[in-house]
Amino acid sequence: MPPEGQPSAGPDLEAVAEQVIAALADPTRRVILAALASGGPATATDLADRLPVTRQAVAKHLALLAAADLVWAERGERRGVRYRLRSAPMQVAQQFPAALARDWDGPLDALQAHLDRAARAPATTPPDEPRGHHG
Amino acid sequence: MAFPDRIERTVEIAHPPAEVWAALTTAAGLGAWFGQEATIDLRPGGAQVRWTGEGFTADMRVERVEEPAVFGFTWPISGLPADDPRRTYVEFTLEPAGAGTRLTVVESGFAQLHEDAHRKAYDGNTEGWAKELAELAGYLDAA
Repeated sequence: MPPEGQPSAGPDLEAVAEQVIAALADPTRRVILAALASGGPATATDLADRLPVTRQAVAKHLALLAAADLVWAERGERRGVRYRLRSAPMQVAQQFPAALARDWDGPLDALQAHLDRAARAPATTPPDEPRGHHG
Repeated sequence: MAFPDRIERTVEIAHPPAEVWAALTTAAGLGAWFGQEATIDLRPGGAQVRWTGEGFTADMRVERVEEPAVFGFTWPISGLPADDPRRTYVEFTLEPAGAGTRLTVVESGFAQLHEDAHRKAYDGNTEGWAKELAELAGYLDAA
């Protein structure tokens, strides 16, 4: 952890993650983000053609996603504005569910149960491997 | 920060530190309670531990070995892509408590961000693969 007083390099991680989570909470935005992830950059018209969403709704959600920096609007020469998914905020957000998904309670219960079993095992039954140092 | 960077658990175990230490740091011990198979080379700095559990294999790097009190390693964050450089640090601390052991496990580093990802997350410009691919396409078109 950086010491206090460290200048901030930008918006904090939680703010970035919050944008991602808020975007994913909406089913239409999920569909749009999924389409950009699987199919690559696309215009609002491309997406409206492919998805069961009106062009107006697609445009509205893309504007929100661009304002949150989750997609980039790229101005092309002929095809109008193409939207590209930004992977970096997604990578920031990933670590939060990862922390929630880590389970230590189960393994620690298993450790206790293992030690109890080992203590109760009769001394006449040798363990599969001798206890001691490896290497 | 409301999201955890650090996970901490303390449990009282009715067995002496030497037994707990063996369960944490030997292949036989690890295989018996955490995952199905384990290999371990118990030396700090680059030595590997491999635990094969239900549907996962995790490669760990041993960082601290102070028998029978501290065992620390880093490992990848599960749920992130295999090539993600982020790793968390796990440290087990064993203290005698009567005839048993007070075992504390601390896993930290969930809220870290790899420097490159940090730059990409906050950088407002379109560096990276997108631009490189466009440049490649332009180069090929011109050729």
